[in-house]
Amino acid sequence: MMAFEHHLPILQVLVPMFAAVLSAFCMRGTTAWAVALVASWAALLIAVLLAIKVFASPEPISYVMGGWTVPIGIEYRVDRLNAFVLLLVTIIGAVIMPYARKSVAKEIDSHQQAWFYTMYLLCLTGLLGITVTGDAFNVFVFMEISSLSTYVLIALGRNRRALLASYQYLIVGTIGATFYVIGVGLLYLVTGSLNLADIASRLGGASAEFQRPIIAALAFLTVGICLKLALFPLHVWLPNAYAHAPSVATVFLAGTATKVAVYLLIRIFYSVYGAAMPFTSLPVSEILLVMSVAAMVLASLSAVFESDTKRMLAYSSVAQISYMTLGIALANESGLTGGIVHMMNHGVMKAALFLALGAVFFRVGSVRLDDLAGIGRKMPLTMAVFVVAGLGLIGVPGTAGFISKWYLAVGAIEKGYWPLAFVIVASSLIAVVYIGRVIEVAYFREPSANVASTRDPPLSMLVPMLLLGAATLYLGVYTEWSAGLAQDAARMLLGGLK
Amino acid sequence: MKHDVILRVGVKLLLPFILLFALYVHYHGDYGPGGGFQAGVISAGMIILYALVFGVDRAKRIAPEWLVERLVPAGVLIYASAGLPAMFAGKNYLDYTIYSHDPLHGHEWGVLLVETGVIVTVAATMTAIFYAFVDRGRSA
Repeated sequence: MMAFEHHLPILQVLVPMFAAVLSAFCMRGTTAWAVALVASWAALLIAVLLAIKVFASPEPISYVMGGWTVPIGIEYRVDRLNAFVLLLVTIIGAVIMPYARKSVAKEIDSHQQAWFYTMYLLCLTGLLGITVTGDAFNVFVFMEISSLSTYVLIALGRNRRALLASYQYLIVGTIGATFYVIGVGLLYLVTGSLNLADIASRLGGASAEFQRPIIAALAFLTVGICLKLALFPLHVWLPNAYAHAPSVATVFLAGTATKVAVYLLIRIFYSVYGAAMPFTSLPVSEILLVMSVAAMVLASLSAVFESDTKRMLAYSSVAQISYMTLGIALANESGLTGGIVHMMNHGVMKAALFLALGAVFFRVGSVRLDDLAGIGRKMPLTMAVFVVAGLGLIGVPGTAGFISKWYLAVGAIEKGYWPLAFVIVASSLIAVVYIGRVIEVAYFREPSANVASTRDPPLSMLVPMLLLGAATLYLGVYTEWSAGLAQDAARMLLGGLK
Repeated sequence: MKHDVILRVGVKLLLPFILLFALYVHYHGDYGPGGGFQAGVISAGMIILYALVFGVDRAKRIAPEWLVERLVPAGVLIYASAGLPAMFAGKNYLDYTIYSHDPLHGHEWGVLLVETGVIVTVAATMTAIFYAFVDRGRSA
């Protein structure tokens, strides 16, 4: 074990990658599931070991591929920020895998189950790869791996509209990735390097001579990544993709994929551009701020008028993601801490909510609001998790959501943006309406005929839900593992800021 | 196509040369145009040509579907494994210099391994796509 400690950054990617290949060899869904389960937990273990190492020392961990020296070879670089994101992604992966077996067996044809787990593992590989690498082009490669597997995951949905949703995301995702690579190409022309840290150190010197290409590159990178993270006007693919994907895929994507894109945006803004030139001279924060505020209000309002609860939560995701981009735009310690910690908090809460809906679908076969009448009495534990995580989305004190909103509000006030704090509260009030609608239907209506004989899902599905529900409460009270680490990461990022 | 003797014999004569050309493109990829991807496409072309002339059922006797489906990940496995031995030799992942005393030769060997993975996956994927399209028309 100790001999391989040095290899941890690459093992983080290799373990799910080799597991994906193994799972593709499996004929039976259950075998593939076992491979995915073991790999997900191994990935979590590696992420924990990496986090312990990174937070113990001030220096980031660096790992160079194939013995090529740093600016030329591909470097994997783990610092406080991506150690945090690695933890988030692997926690979600590890928690949903025990849940996955029964849910996938119900929703996906038996001859496609092994492929489902293969695609899940490839997606995990891609997301972890984007997070762990310190090379701009390597990010693109992993972005493609995760995107291509995501298209398949979405298309495996039972409904035929899943194909259309997948195709829509394919078009948008490809444009996003193309924009990203154009941005990287411009940066490469200007700096002659693809290593993110190396680009950052060369960009300052080049900025006087190449002002325009550098700003154009920033624009391409921002739009490309914002397509991936579904920032407000670029979010149209997300509700359909989440609504029609198989339940487990929705949980995984909602909990991790957009967060990794947010991470990438932070990396580009703060570690590359912010370290090279005065951050305030870049026109990004104002734009990001306006988009975020628009998303908070408009996407939340869209969620209120949805009758499909999965789509409703998807719109709520668009609104919640804008809290993270708001934190990025604020660019002070409290704001950025709020943005980063909301990645973790929202990942946990949204995964819990989608797990609960997946359990409802498992029992009832529908997640339309009308079909959920009285389900709170029939599936008490499932809906209890839904309520707790829903309160977290609203931001009730004592839940995880409150912590991130608190930091964001403090960040906004510190910056002198008083009205922003009110917008945050207003958006939370809209969340009360859409979560409240589900609670009203689930608890205060007579159970209809199709839910009359329902009960809570089997234990393997119940335990992951309860775990994430409990985590929502835990992270709302004890914050050293979420906000503490996020604050460390924010300090590190702002320390390099000009 | 029972009566097209010339076509059938001609294709049979062509097949080994197609494979030979694929292997040439594969192994000569260092010095000339080509490499694993092109070689994979050419060798899949051999199966496809055979299927076009003799029917897909006979092609599936040579390259059964289950084998093709297993070869797709097998190539990826070869590709990714090429970098593993370095980790056991105390170097970082993807360090091909361990394959030979001369680092340059080591890289050649490493890249050849990677290209072998590529040829397997590309050939299998092309064949699988071809089978998928052919079977679609038949079941409908």
